[in-house]
Amino acid sequence: MTNKALTGILLDEHIELTLNDLCKACSSPADWIIELVEYGALEPEGKEQLNWRFTADSLHRVHTAMRLQRDLNVNLAGVALALELLDEIANLKAQLCTMTSNNE
Amino acid sequence: MDYKDYYKIMGVERDASQNEIKRAYRKLARKYHPDVSSEADAEQRFKEVGEAYEVLKDPEKRAAYDQLGENWKAGNDFTPPPDWDAGFEFSGGGYTGGDASAYSDFFESLFGQRFTASQSGPHAGSQQSGFHARGQDHHAKVLIDLEDAYNGAQRSITLQSPELDNKGQVVNRQRTLNVKIPKGVKQGQRIRLSGQGSPGMGSGAAGDLYLEIEFNPHGMYRVDAHDVYLDLPLTPWEAALGATVKVPTPAGPVDLKIAPETVTGRKLRLKGRGIPAKTPGDLYVVPVITLPAADTDDAKALYEKMQQQLAYNPRSKMGV
Repeated sequence: MTNKALTGILLDEHIELTLNDLCKACSSPADWIIELVEYGALEPEGKEQLNWRFTADSLHRVHTAMRLQRDLNVNLAGVALALELLDEIANLKAQLCTMTSNNE
Repeated sequence: MDYKDYYKIMGVERDASQNEIKRAYRKLARKYHPDVSSEADAEQRFKEVGEAYEVLKDPEKRAAYDQLGENWKAGNDFTPPPDWDAGFEFSGGGYTGGDASAYSDFFESLFGQRFTASQSGPHAGSQQSGFHARGQDHHAKVLIDLEDAYNGAQRSITLQSPELDNKGQVVNRQRTLNVKIPKGVKQGQRIRLSGQGSPGMGSGAAGDLYLEIEFNPHGMYRVDAHDVYLDLPLTPWEAALGATVKVPTPAGPVDLKIAPETVTGRKLRLKGRGIPAKTPGDLYVVPVITLPAADTDDAKALYEKMQQQLAYNPRSKMGV
């Protein structure tokens, strides 16, 4: 339909989001994000809420958390646990991938 | 349109209790949830299970579905019999997730119209004032090659987005976007295209589009975040005596100095030759010493000479 190439924002480790940015980007209430932080599902830099800086992958974590809560009825402690386990699986998979030789 | 066997999808008998159905649903929803499942067709299966549960959890819909009879097989060509739902009253709340487009034509033909109609009301159509909602975000995966992460690339992406037509019916509209993939991306990273999700309702803003980067498996390289690994075959004499060899990298071949007494598996780091992100990754070359075949008399003679002249026992540390 359109031929013009679109350029998005690469959500890399150089992007920082404030609580307000994150709420807007995820259309979710601040209270809910604050709860995610309290459960350790998100770990922003900065001590005071006003100074919180989230990494760009928090955006993906919040989306995943929303879907887990909506689709599987998981409470926040469960969401935090699931996110941690998902991280660990991703790390293990990456390790496995670098260890598995292609030359076999 | 294909008949769908909701009991089979859910893995329960036709006379299963509501509790059994709920248990089966919860289990399958966890198994196929796209955020946690590693099954290739997780998303499709998750939708199917959601649709089956939408019908079977509601005693009215289930009864209506049941009276279609049990002689249908999944995949049979299906048209609802006239007045198939006579005598049933659907008072249920309609779609659960609000994502009507996720359900199959089969579901639509049985339960679709009245729910869409009940959903329309004051919410339908953008001409109605007073109702505004932000459009849904979309998530899609883009497959790229490792070389694309080095050079940047352009990908054309086709998306289906559910929209309400002017009759208030949910229709799937297809659109194609050309998207630039910047160089320096890594596996699993996301690109956000704001305003490229579903259109909003009323004066609500459009949703966003999130693209998740996934690398096609590569024949030579393995990737870990921004670092790239390459197994480099070496001859025994290159490894033992040292050499300068040509090594492929995703950005083109380079000359690499191999130190004498190089052993298999001891990584050599080429700093900054990994994926060129703002903080570039490294390229790790993993030496793999390979042996020439002893398939000629000359080759055999050379191996025999080594056997006689080199006192070498690679198992000495094993105490044998």
